[in-house]
Amino acid sequence: MRFRLTDDQRALRDAVRRLLSRRCDPAVLRKAAEGPPVLDRELWRALGAVGVFALRLPEAEGGAGLGLPEAVLVFEEAGRALLPGPLVATHLAAASVPGAATGETVVTAVAGGLVEWLDAADVVCGDAAGAVPLRSVDPLTPLHRVRGGRGEPEPGGTRDAGDAARAGETRDAGDAGGMRPDPLAVLLTAAEQLGSAVRSTGLAAQHARTREQFGRPIGAFQAVAHLCAGMLVRTETARAAVYAAAVTADPVDIAAARLLADEAAVRCARDCLQVHGGMGFTWESEVHLHLKRAWMRTRRGGEVTQSEEVLAGGLLVDGG
Amino acid sequence: MDLSDSPAEAEFRAGLRAWLAEVLPTLPAVPPAHDWPARRRYDLGWQRTLYDAGYGDVHWDAPPAKRLIFLEETERAGAPYVGAGFVGLLHAGPTIAAEGTAAQRARWLPPILRGEEIWCQGFSEPDAGSDLAALRTRARRDGGHYVVSGSKIWTSHAEVADWCELLVRTDPDAPKHRGITWLALPMDAPGVTVRPLRTLAGSAEFAQVFLDEVPVPVGNRVGAEHDGWRVTQVTLGFERGTAFAGEVVACRRTLAELAAEARRNGRWDDPALRRRLGRLHAEFRALWRLVQWNVSAAEASGGVPGTGGSVFKLAYSRARQELYDTAAEVLGADCLDLDRPWTSERLSSLSYTIAAGTSQIQYGIVAERILGLPKGR
Repeated sequence: MRFRLTDDQRALRDAVRRLLSRRCDPAVLRKAAEGPPVLDRELWRALGAVGVFALRLPEAEGGAGLGLPEAVLVFEEAGRALLPGPLVATHLAAASVPGAATGETVVTAVAGGLVEWLDAADVVCGDAAGAVPLRSVDPLTPLHRVRGGRGEPEPGGTRDAGDAARAGETRDAGDAGGMRPDPLAVLLTAAEQLGSAVRSTGLAAQHARTREQFGRPIGAFQAVAHLCAGMLVRTETARAAVYAAAVTADPVDIAAARLLADEAAVRCARDCLQVHGGMGFTWESEVHLHLKRAWMRTRRGGEVTQSEEVLAGGLLVDGG
Repeated sequence: MDLSDSPAEAEFRAGLRAWLAEVLPTLPAVPPAHDWPARRRYDLGWQRTLYDAGYGDVHWDAPPAKRLIFLEETERAGAPYVGAGFVGLLHAGPTIAAEGTAAQRARWLPPILRGEEIWCQGFSEPDAGSDLAALRTRARRDGGHYVVSGSKIWTSHAEVADWCELLVRTDPDAPKHRGITWLALPMDAPGVTVRPLRTLAGSAEFAQVFLDEVPVPVGNRVGAEHDGWRVTQVTLGFERGTAFAGEVVACRRTLAELAAEARRNGRWDDPALRRRLGRLHAEFRALWRLVQWNVSAAEASGGVPGTGGSVFKLAYSRARQELYDTAAEVLGADCLDLDRPWTSERLSSLSYTIAAGTSQIQYGIVAERILGLPKGR
């Protein structure tokens, strides 16, 4: 057992972090959040060029021949940098949609009754017919709602293809908007949530070290220090779950990763906002962007109860 | 990232598994909790069995990953844990191994490994709990002896211990971390009185130890005089390393038993209970991965347990309490019946956020040493 990053994995993570810190820094994001979101095609191609989308394709097909653990590290960095765009859907379409692997084609997918970046995307996986735009809470992610439950997972259960056919519904070959959420999409989303939790924890600790009140840094007060420490505990627990699920690809591990990473992302963003006080409640702060994106990502995996039921059922099958 | 066994680890696991299958059916019955002499015999006997089979020093000498396999496999097979041997095997022993002289190692380590002597821990005092360095038990030099007076509290297994790893104040004028010395106290020395303390679970797991002018030979000092605080840090690191790894395996088994019981008594039909069990399943799976993550990190850093132990203990102690609160929901009215094992486990779980460094102390460690926040208080 060597449950830690290899030197190659560390180098990959650092390379992606460097690229994103140049192309997608907080100042750029804050500026982008002022107007309607625009997908940066040039950045998309740059991501394609470094292999973000083709990462798991075999080398013979122009990919990097890497596995889920490497993909998870890349998506963690994307979440940390708040990288906008339908990254997960394009990555998962790399083998099936021409141009996706290089970043020429932008692919989105129906997930959790919503479609991200529908107008900007070239290809949509799943049935997005009749989708209507909504005023997205995340200023950097345009959203459409898919009407009538078509092409989305059912709350509290799943339907097989036979049920869908009897109901007169159709499913696209891509199937990313099929009856149940794609487990790989759920895992990569969990990795983004993990990255977001890492960033929120870092921002909170940085603020607690430097912001002074009552003549000392607020991080010297236990009420603030323990809040920050709790963020780190949630983040590191989620990290162990997400990385392990990337190694095993086991559906129960993925459900666990999803629950813990969603909770870490949302609660760390909330606590980060609290540590920032009034400054955290402003539009200029980066904090609200993490919270809003984290809320948005929690919808991708379908209803939370589904994941909880998978985990509960797992207790009966193999004794946990 | 690799979760599978290396060939050497797989061989160790297979050999251990085969040996456990052979030896466990031959063990005597577990003695009742109140019968201390019998528990001493039982725990020492198990350590002797391990020693004879070549597993006696697995807590000290094996690489962390191998130690984790040992803890995982013995727990899975339902083997005894260290019991009264805890302090000798996981605290005092490693401290003596790291800081003792050759003569001290030769005197104290073999009887621990062979299952012949029991150690207890004399650290906390009535007025020095979380603020351990404020301890006041005094030791003054008198020729070849220290003469020790004071009292120690929360001392587990004191009734059956041969030795006590004792922290005493040798220099009352120095800053509080600098005037402390580590001594090996023979529990049969004149002036030692043990008074058992009853826990809220009704058990007598620990005791208060009174020391009245107790002579301790100077040769029983490990490390330099006044340097006991540094010597102690070695011990505390061990405590927060893999000490709870076997318990996570046990908790996962308990969780599966809860699900089976809920199916049997019909409470499984309540979706709120299933959701709660599902969330606990996620947490305990993650905790096991966190143990593996920390052990791998310790292995990379040369076997030193890092601050990851504090992160783990914070998450684990809370999850364990939640586990037995959920057990109470599964049991219904039976949760008030002390003859249901989960009821007494629920009571015992209340100590987890207190013992071995309270959660508040652990949060402070995480805030200062990992997040780099300024020292508070």
